This record gives sequence, C-alpha cells and structure tokens, in this order.
Amino acid sequence: MSLLDRHIEFVEALRDAGLPVSLAEGLEAVRAIDALGMAQRETLRAAYAATLLKRQNHRAGFDQVFDLYFPRLVGDGARGRGVETLADSRSSTDVAGDGPGALADFREALTTAMAMGDPDAMLVLAREGVARFGLIRGRGPGEQRWSSYNVMNRVSPDELVDRALQGLGADTGEDPSLRRLVEARARAFERMVDAEVRRRAAEVRGPQHVARHTIRPAIEQVDFTSARKADLELMRREIQPLARRLATRLSREQHARSRGPLDFRRTVRASMSSGGVPMETRHKPRRPGRTDLVVLCDVSGSVANFASFTLMLVFALREQFNRVRAFTFVDEIHEVTDRFEPGADPARTMTELAASARHASLWGRTNYGRAFTRFADQHADALTPRTNLLVLGDARSNHTDLAVPVVKNLVYAARHSWWLNPEHARNWNTGDSAAREYGRLIPMVECRNLTQLGEFVHDLA
Amino acid sequence: MTWFESPADADKQLAAVGYLSDTATSTTTFLAGALEKPLLVEGPAGVGKTELAKAIARATGADLVRLQCYEGLDEARALYEWNYKKQLLRIQAAGDQSWDETHDDIFTDEFLLTRPLLTAIRREEPTVLLIDEVDKTDVEVEGLLLEILSDFQVTIPEMGTISAVRRPLVVLTSNATRELSEAIKRRCLFLHIDYPDSGREREIVVSQVPEIEEQLAGQVVEVVAKLRGMDLRKAPSIAETIDWARTLVALGTGTLDGAAIDQTLGVVLKHASDHDRAVRELRLRST
Repeated sequence: MSLLDRHIEFVEALRDAGLPVSLAEGLEAVRAIDALGMAQRETLRAAYAATLLKRQNHRAGFDQVFDLYFPRLVGDGARGRGVETLADSRSSTDVAGDGPGALADFREALTTAMAMGDPDAMLVLAREGVARFGLIRGRGPGEQRWSSYNVMNRVSPDELVDRALQGLGADTGEDPSLRRLVEARARAFERMVDAEVRRRAAEVRGPQHVARHTIRPAIEQVDFTSARKADLELMRREIQPLARRLATRLSREQHARSRGPLDFRRTVRASMSSGGVPMETRHKPRRPGRTDLVVLCDVSGSVANFASFTLMLVFALREQFNRVRAFTFVDEIHEVTDRFEPGADPARTMTELAASARHASLWGRTNYGRAFTRFADQHADALTPRTNLLVLGDARSNHTDLAVPVVKNLVYAARHSWWLNPEHARNWNTGDSAAREYGRLIPMVECRNLTQLGEFVHDLA
Repeated sequence: MTWFESPADADKQLAAVGYLSDTATSTTTFLAGALEKPLLVEGPAGVGKTELAKAIARATGADLVRLQCYEGLDEARALYEWNYKKQLLRIQAAGDQSWDETHDDIFTDEFLLTRPLLTAIRREEPTVLLIDEVDKTDVEVEGLLLEILSDFQVTIPEMGTISAVRRPLVVLTSNATRELSEAIKRRCLFLHIDYPDSGREREIVVSQVPEIEEQLAGQVVEVVAKLRGMDLRKAPSIAETIDWARTLVALGTGTLDGAAIDQTLGVVLKHASDHDRAVRELRLRST
C-alpha cells in the first residue's frame, strides 16, 4: 500500500468517526507532511492534527484513528531499544511468561510506574501486559485475538492504587487529591491497554474494520442513555462551557434585535429640527422577555443522568430566565430548586440530586400519572399563564394510568409546554412507552445528546 | 523569508527567548511559517496563547502587530479609516482647484488611517500579526478577516486592492466562548494548547522565576497538578502557577506546607467554591 493510499484511507476513517474533513484540508495535510517529512511519528501526528482538526473535542477520536493507521510498532515490535530497559531493570524475568510469578512481577512494576507517574514506563508496560495476558486462547495462529478485559481482569490496576499510594509514603485515605492523581494514572493505563488492543486488532483485521467498530463519537454526540461512567464525567465537565457558549450566543442575539417598536411621540418631536420631516425614527427600548420555567424531571434509572444534565444546564443559564423551579419524580413529586445555588459545586449537586431521588419515590416504580396528579395537587400554584412547563423523561410509565386529564389541565395552565425525551424517536411508542398519548398533549422533542440539548435550551431562552 | 528551518529549530529558537514549547506547538508553529497559513490557537485562559505569538516575534526578530478583539469591533478599528477632518481641510484649502483633481487627491495614502490589519499587510519588514481573542468579535468581523487570512489582501473601494508586500505570520487566539465559523477554521492551522505535564511546567516555572529553588518549584507544580485533578470551576493554568511561585518567593517561603498553601491559595484559585473544595480535599484546616 502506498503512502498516498494510507493517507486517503486515514482521512476517510476520520470522516467515518464523525470529523468533518474537507478535501482542501486533506490537501493541506499533504502539503504539511511534504514540508516536514515523515521521519518522526509525533511530528506527523502534529501535522495531521494542525491541518485536519478544528475542534478540541474531536481530538480523542482523532488520536485513536491515528494510532490505528500509523501504529507505534508492528507486532511485538523490535525488542531492543527502549523496550528492553524496563524488563532489564525488573530483575530479568522471562519476558513471554504469563504465569502467577510473572504476573506478580508485572504488577509490581506497574505499581512503581503508577506511583512515579512515568507515562513512558506505563506505555511499555501496557504493551507488555497485552502481549502476555491479553491473548484470547484457543485460536489458530493466524487468528490471534487480544482482549483488554483479560488484561484488566488479571492485572486489575484499581487494586494497585492503594499499593502505589503506600509506596508514595502516603497514609491511605489521608489525601484524597493524591489518591485521585494515582487513580487517574490507573485510568490512563487502562486507556493505553485499550489502544494497544486496538492496534493489535488492526494488524489482524485491518484498521478500517477496527475504526468502524471501536471509535467512540465526540462527547457531545454520545447518547445520554448509553453513556458510560467515564463519559458522564466528561459530559458534566462539558456543561459549564456549553452554558457559557449559549449565554454568549443568547446575549449577542438579544443585542442584535434590541430595537423595539416605533416611539411615535419622540419621532415626531425629533422631526421638529428637520422641519417636520421625520429623518430619524426613534424606538422604544425592547422589554427583555424572560420566561418563568417549571421543570419536571423523571429521575428513575437511566433517565436520571439526562434529567440532571438538563437541570444543570438550565440553572447554569439562570440569568436568561426569570424564575426556575425544578421538581423531580419517580412516583412522588419532590422540589429540588434549592439544590442549585449559584457557584455551587457541580459534582456535589449531582450527588445531592441522586440522593433526592429517594424522596421522589414511594414504591420505586416510575408512575407518570401519579406524579402528575401529585404535582397538580401540591404545587398547582407553580404554573401561571407566564410559565413554561418542561417535562423530562422517557414516558415509560410501567403501563399505569397516565392521568391524561390532569396533564391536559397542566398544559392549559402553562404558557407553553415541551417534553424532552432522551430516547431515539424510533423507540418511542415501543413497550410501555406512552410517548404517543403524552405527545398528543405536549409537543415531544427528541433530546439524546449534549448538542441537541444545547440547541433546545437555546431556543427556549 | 523562511520563519523556521524545522520543528526542532522552532523549538530551539522559542526556548532561547523563554518560551518552552512541546512537540505539537513547535511543529505547528513551524508549519504556520512554512505553509504561510494563519495559526488558530485555542486553549484555556492563561496557558500562553498570546505569549506564543510574542515569543515567535521575539525569536525571529519580527515586529508584532496586535489587534485586540472585543464586542463591537468594526472595520474602522480593525482595518482602515479615512481621515475625514484632514480631507475636509484639504477640500477647503483647494481654492479654485477643480473638483476632479481634489477628488483624486483626497483618496490617497496621505488621508488613510491604517489600523492593525492593514498595517500588518503593508509592512515590508517581517511581521507577526496577533489577532487576540477572536471569539469576542461579532460574526461580521469574521467575514472581514476571511479575505485577509486566505489571500493576504485588503480591498479598499476608493484605492483598489492592496496585497501583502510580505506575508505576515498570523496568530489568532481564542478561548472558545463561541464557535468560530467553519470558513475561518478552514483557513487556519489549528493548535490546542493544554496544561503542560509536570516536567515541562517545572521547567517553565524555573525559567520564568529564576530566583525560586528547585525543590519549591517541584512542590508548587505538584500541588497545582493535584488541584487540576480536582473538579474545579476554573483549574489553575500556567500563568497562575507562575504567579504563585512569584508570591512564594516574595514571601520568602522555603517549603510549601499546609499553612503556606492556605495563606496563598487565593493566588491560584479565583472562585470561592473552588477555594472551599481545595481546602477540604487537601485537608488544609482541621475541621
């Protein structure tokens, strides 16, 4: 395969992974490589990144695809420079072994590397770990497969965190920030192992295949309902910047249409100086129309994350609204407005919200009908003709009574109402979903990821 | 003129003027010079985006022309403006000169007030054009930048098109408070500068605050790394690390213990909630 072919396949794989790479940018990349030469892998990566990337949150996907198409080494690599040094320093055990002795040695070395925070050593260990412990057995020599699960299962770096902390001379549990640092290194090791497994797989099955199946989309495209724990963490960090971007955009748009209706009196008076000809029109200042918002959130199970992200975003933008009240429910209604103080710690807010789910559930099975009824009973005063009602949830009500008349009244009492559903629209009305019934009363909007959420909140404010 | 010979050369030259860069930064800087494309630098506040442009100017001996962007920046402030008062005087002083001659006269160089963008393009000496915080401008200004960034030329209706005598090296910085248009991004090389790893940060601290002792620098960088690991509203950046190091040197602090951190934490963390969190997690006070 020529270099050009590889370049073109690489660009195509990036497009498959959701990075918008135009033809002109591809050409620019070739020009950059021409200026740099291909002698060093990291320069090549930097050249591609400079010309093809346009957004930092595409970076993770870019790096993964790059590692597949321009791997650091082939197969087991040339055991010689660099790779050997660490094996040497570890009292030269047999390199290919994967017995208990070798495992203990390996974990020892990893503990040291994690305590020291030496990324190069961890990289070498990740490579070695996959080669030794990651092989899936029972396949022919042509069909070798590796699995990061195997490595993680045997090495289990999480258990090593305590040991690494002791190695650092820290009292266990004394300093949470130090612990977090070492845990972050364990995460980094996990990612290295994942990358190494992908590299190995790409050698056997071709980079295209691996890229298509393992590269995860950028974080704002990840579905709320299918997000992993690490994704949720990233999403939570994304909320504040998203809110800031939205606020800038909103204030800009409000500036743009700041000219209010014609002020007839002042226009006529101003026309006196030009002999009664109205040369310049005068306008009344526009009233900033801020809306009240009442948010009802289903906090059961997997929908809970979606609800808390939306709440955090809404409260981060509170200047754009007049007043916001938030209620959570499972089968009982519970007000959570006071959990959102300005400048509060988002991580703690999340935990408190999760805890509040307890108050919101009586029997623990989602019951939209009951929740709406209770809301109408207890907080009917929350809805006024100036209030917008926002319901968050998947409309899966365990086949219980939907309390359609109550919802009808709520919609009638509010100015506008929307329903945000974190499920893909094709899954609505399947199983116990009451999307159709509620959708008739309240316009239902699909809101699966941060991009869609951002767009919706922008239009709302 | 070639700006840099190679990425390694860029790295060396930048280091010589006190800017310690990493592989990505020096490679991209080299490319910006070699391909004559503008460089769009993004990253959190205080990681040295503006400093990069200044360092390039210092390293290559070029002059720096800076356009600071803000909301409401317009053509007259960014590009050029006609000197109305002077034109008016010229017309009044014309006497019995015919209108045609006067008309040709008042739209010449003499009456043109050049603003940073036009200045940078017309300069014959090597120039680094820094367009700072480009995300603060309105969308219309972006449109204005397009012609300059792709062709290095400016069209003035009365005078015609002015092309760059010598292409300046353009650096745009952005804090990503808003998405720049695809058209701008497409014309630029993209570089994201992030918080440095602890080894590099330590070198930066030592080079910026030469009076600091190695050991104290190490401690400062270590604590800052811990702070960044926490979930803060605004994680401390390099600028804050350096400020902190300066503060500690000024106070004559020898080692960074709990009490010293507690007293000077305000230099690094600028939000009350962040402050509380750091105190709690670093166990600074026995509560």
